[in-house]
Amino acid sequence: MSRARGCVAGVLTSAALMLGALGGCTTVKAGDDRVAPVPSAAAQRVTAAPATTITGDRRIIHVLSRLTYGARPGDVERVRAMGLSAWIDRQLRPGTIDDDATEQALTELTTLRMPIAEALREFPRPDPKLRAQLASGEMSRQEMLERYPMEKRPARIAGELQAAKVVRAVTSERQLEELMVDFWFNHFNVFANKGDVRWYVAAYEREAIRPYAMAKFPDLVRATAHHPAMLFYLDNWLSARPDFRVPAGPNRGRKAGLNENYARELMELHTLGVDGGYTQKDVTEVARAFTGWTIDRPQTDGHFVFRPAMHDTGEKVVLGQRIPAGGGRDDGERVIDILTRSPATARFIATKLVRRFVSDTPPPALVTRVAAAYTSTDGDIAAMLRTIFESPEFSSEDAYRAKIKKPFEFVASAVRALGGRTDAQGGMALARASAEIGEPLYQAQPPTGYADRGEVWVNAGALLARMNFALGLASGRYPHVSIELAPLVAGADPAVPSAVLDRLLASIVADQTGPATRAVLTTQLSEPQITRLSPDDRGPANTDVAKLAALVIGSPEFQRR
Amino acid sequence: MITRRTFVKAGGCALVAYAGAPRFLLRTAHAAEPSGKVLVAVFQRGAVDGLSMVMPHGDPGYAGVRPSIALQPPRRGESERAIDLDGFFALHPALAPLVPLWSNRALAVVHACGSPDTTRSHFDAQDYMESGTPGVKSTTDGWLSRAAGARPAKSTPFRAVAIGPVLPRTLHGDVGAISIQSLDRFDVRAGTDTTARAGFESLYEQGVHDLLHGTGRETFDAVRMLRSTRASRIAPANGAEYPRVPLGDALKQIAQLIKANVGLEVAFADMQGWDTHVGQGAERGQLALRFRDFGAALAAFAQDLGDKMSDVVVLTMSEFGRTVAENGNRGTDHGHATAMLVLGGGVRGGRVYSQWPGLDHHRLFEGRDLAVTTDFRTLFSEVATRHLGVPAAPIFPGFRSPAPLGLFA
Repeated sequence: MSRARGCVAGVLTSAALMLGALGGCTTVKAGDDRVAPVPSAAAQRVTAAPATTITGDRRIIHVLSRLTYGARPGDVERVRAMGLSAWIDRQLRPGTIDDDATEQALTELTTLRMPIAEALREFPRPDPKLRAQLASGEMSRQEMLERYPMEKRPARIAGELQAAKVVRAVTSERQLEELMVDFWFNHFNVFANKGDVRWYVAAYEREAIRPYAMAKFPDLVRATAHHPAMLFYLDNWLSARPDFRVPAGPNRGRKAGLNENYARELMELHTLGVDGGYTQKDVTEVARAFTGWTIDRPQTDGHFVFRPAMHDTGEKVVLGQRIPAGGGRDDGERVIDILTRSPATARFIATKLVRRFVSDTPPPALVTRVAAAYTSTDGDIAAMLRTIFESPEFSSEDAYRAKIKKPFEFVASAVRALGGRTDAQGGMALARASAEIGEPLYQAQPPTGYADRGEVWVNAGALLARMNFALGLASGRYPHVSIELAPLVAGADPAVPSAVLDRLLASIVADQTGPATRAVLTTQLSEPQITRLSPDDRGPANTDVAKLAALVIGSPEFQRR
Repeated sequence: MITRRTFVKAGGCALVAYAGAPRFLLRTAHAAEPSGKVLVAVFQRGAVDGLSMVMPHGDPGYAGVRPSIALQPPRRGESERAIDLDGFFALHPALAPLVPLWSNRALAVVHACGSPDTTRSHFDAQDYMESGTPGVKSTTDGWLSRAAGARPAKSTPFRAVAIGPVLPRTLHGDVGAISIQSLDRFDVRAGTDTTARAGFESLYEQGVHDLLHGTGRETFDAVRMLRSTRASRIAPANGAEYPRVPLGDALKQIAQLIKANVGLEVAFADMQGWDTHVGQGAERGQLALRFRDFGAALAAFAQDLGDKMSDVVVLTMSEFGRTVAENGNRGTDHGHATAMLVLGGGVRGGRVYSQWPGLDHHRLFEGRDLAVTTDFRTLFSEVATRHLGVPAAPIFPGFRSPAPLGLFA
C-alpha cells in the first residue's frame, strides 16, 4: 500500500523529516523514549538509506493509532507528558491500569458475567411446539414474539457482547488489551449464531480469550481447545473413535465416528498456518487424538469433559512425533504441545501480529525476529508485541498510516476522535453501524475470522457506508452516543471558518491531513450551507462544525491508521 | 500487495503521470449503454456436497457409504424424492424450482469438477478458485476481473459488480470492480443537503492516487449513474418471487442492474453455509434448506429476466466437494470434486457434463473423495471464451484446456 502513495510524496516527506531531525524539531527528549533506536544506529540508517524513522509527536500519533482504537482529543498531550515508552509499558501490563469506569458502564449487561449453565437456564430454547405452530401458520409472528420475546432469547447474549465490545473499545483505558482480545477472538474465531455457541459465546471471550490476550500463546490454544464454544463450533464435541456407538440418550445406539473439522483448523488457522508442513494424514491423526474431548450436558450445563469411551486409544503420529497408545485425554494436550512448539507456529503467529501492527505486507526480517521472540519465551505475547513496537520497521515512514482501519476500528475511532462516549444502548447502535460497513461483530461465519488487509475492506458500498456513518455520528443521530464538538473547536472564533477548520483538524486528525484534503475543506467553508446562520445562534455566520467534522471523519485520511 | 487498479499497478513514479491524465469520460456518459453479454458467478462458500446437489443414483457405490444422508433414488410420480435428470443423475428435491430450466435445456450440470490442487483448506481452495490459478498464491488479481478486463473498455463503473459487503478476491484487479450491499442505500444520505455528497466527492477526487482515492472516485461515478437510472426501483418481472435470503436479494439486484442497462458484464454473489460436517440431512434437513434457498433464488432470477436470459449465463461454483462417505456425525468432511451448474443463454442444457470417475473405493481420490475429472478452469475458460468472447490464455495463465466440454451451441 505504501508504495502506491507515490515516490515523489515519499521523497518529499523523507526530506522534510530529515530536515526536521537535523533541525532538532522533535519535542520528545531522547531519554524519554526507550523504544527509539540508539542514536548511532539511527545515524547509520540515515547514511545507509533515506531517513525513514518517524519521530516526535508524529511517532506518538502513530503509536496511538496502532495501539488504541484511535486517539481521543488530548491523548497526544497525555502521552507526551507521560513519556511514550512509559505509556507503552503500561499498555503492555493492563492489570496496572485502573479501568473501573468502563466496568461500571458494563454493569447493566448481565449476560457478560453469566456462567454458561445460568445462561442456558435464563434463555431457554423455544418450545418446539411453538416453532411448529409458527411454521404451520397456526400462530402469527406477532404472537410468537409475545410468547417468546426477544429479551428472553439467547440472541441477547451476543447482542450484549457486541455492546460491551463497543463500550470497551470507546472508553477502556486498557486499549491495547482490548485490541488483543479482538485480535485473538478473530484468530480463534467462533460464529456466535452457530447452534449452542449462542449460549457459550460470552463465556468464550471471558474465559478462553481475555485472560490470555497478553499472556502465553500456548495457553490461548489450550483454553480455546477446551472451551465448549470451540468444541461446538468446530464439531469436535461429536468426534469419536470410528466404531463408537452412542451409549445413552435420544441417539442411543447411533454410530458416531471421526470428525476432522477442529483438527484441520487447529493446524491451518490456529497454529502452523496453511503452509506449516502438515499433511492429510496429520489431520486425521490429530482428529484421533482429540476424540473424547467433548461437552458435558451441552444444553443444561455446558462444560468440557473427556469421555474415554469416545476416545481412540491407539498410537498417533503427529508431524513425525509419536504419541504412544493409551494416552487418553493427554493425547490432545500432547498435540497442543507439539503444535505450539513448532517453528511454523512461531512464524505464523509472528506474521499475523506484524500484519496487525505494522503493515499488510509484513517485513520478513521483523517476522523472523518476532518469531524468535516467540520461541525464546514459549510464546509470550507481550514479548512479541514489545519486539514489534521497538522495531525500526514499526516506526518507519513506510508503516506510518499504512494500514486501513477495519470497519469496527473505524467506528470506534470516529467516536473517540469526536470526544464521544456511549452507554450499552449506544453500543448496540454502533455495533449495527460496524455491520453496515462490513464487519458484524462476532458474526464471522468461517473459522478464518475477518481479514486484516486493507483491500478487503475498501470498496464502493463500504466507503459510502463509512461516509454515512460519519454524517450520522457528527450530527448526533446515534441515540445514547454523546459526542462533544464544542471542545474540538474551543478557542476558535466561530465566525472565522478557517480558524474553526484549523482547530478541528488539529483535534481530530492531529493535523495529519494532506494539503488536498485541507484545500477541499477550505472550499467547503465557502458553501452557504456550511457557514450558515444557526437557529440557536443569532450572531454572525456560525460554522457548521458537525458537517465539517463529518467530512473529516469520512475523508480518506481518517480511514487510515 | 494486491494491485487493484492500473495506476496502482503502474507503481511509484508513474502515478504522477496518471494524476494529470483525463479520467474516463463518465461525466458525459450518463446515457446508459445496453447490456451485452453478462456472466453471473455464484460462489457456494464452505464446499457444497455435490453428491447431494446432483446425486449419482446410478452409481452402486452411493447409498452404502451414506447410511443416514443418502437421498432415496428417484421414483416417478413421487415428490419429495430426488428428481431424475438422465437416468444416472438426479437433482436434490429441494432444487425442484430448477427443473423447468433443465427441461427447457437452459440448465446444464458439470459433475466431478474441481481443482487440480489437492488442498482441503476452505481458505486456500477458495483463493485458488477465485484467482483462477490453483496452487499459485502470488496471483494478485482474480479471474473474473481478468475476464471483464479482456473485453473492450466501456465507460461505465458497473462493468464488474459484486453484491455484498466486501469485494471478493475474484474481482480484485485492474477492471475497477465495485461492491454494493444494497442498491437503494448506495448514496450519501444527507436528506436535502447536497453539500455533503459534493464535499465527500471532492475529498476523494483530490490528492494521491491510492486504493482509497481510486475506490472513492469509482464510487461517486457509480452513485451518479445509479441515481440517473433508478435501478433500485425496477420491480421483478414475470411474476418472479425471490426468496428473502441474501442470495435472493443479491440476484434480484443483479437483475435490476441488467435491466437498467448500466453496462454490467460480470457480476458476483455468494452464499454461505455449505460446510455440513454435522447433521447434513437428506431429502430434508440442514442442507436441504440451503438448496431450497439456492434453487429458488436461481429460478427467480431466470424468471425475472425472461428473454434477457439469452444474454446471461449463471455459473455456480464451490471450492471443493465433500467426502463420499458420511462421517461419524451424519455429516461429511472436506473432499475434492463437486458439481457446478451453468444456466442461461446459449448453454446446451438438459445435460450432465461429466467423465464420471465412479464411487468405487479404488476410484476415489486418496481413497475418500470424488475424483476431479474436469478441471474447473476447463469449465470457467469455456464460459469466458464462448459466452464473454474473451481469450482464455490470459485469464487462466499457464492452463491449456483439454477438449472443450461443448457446453455452448
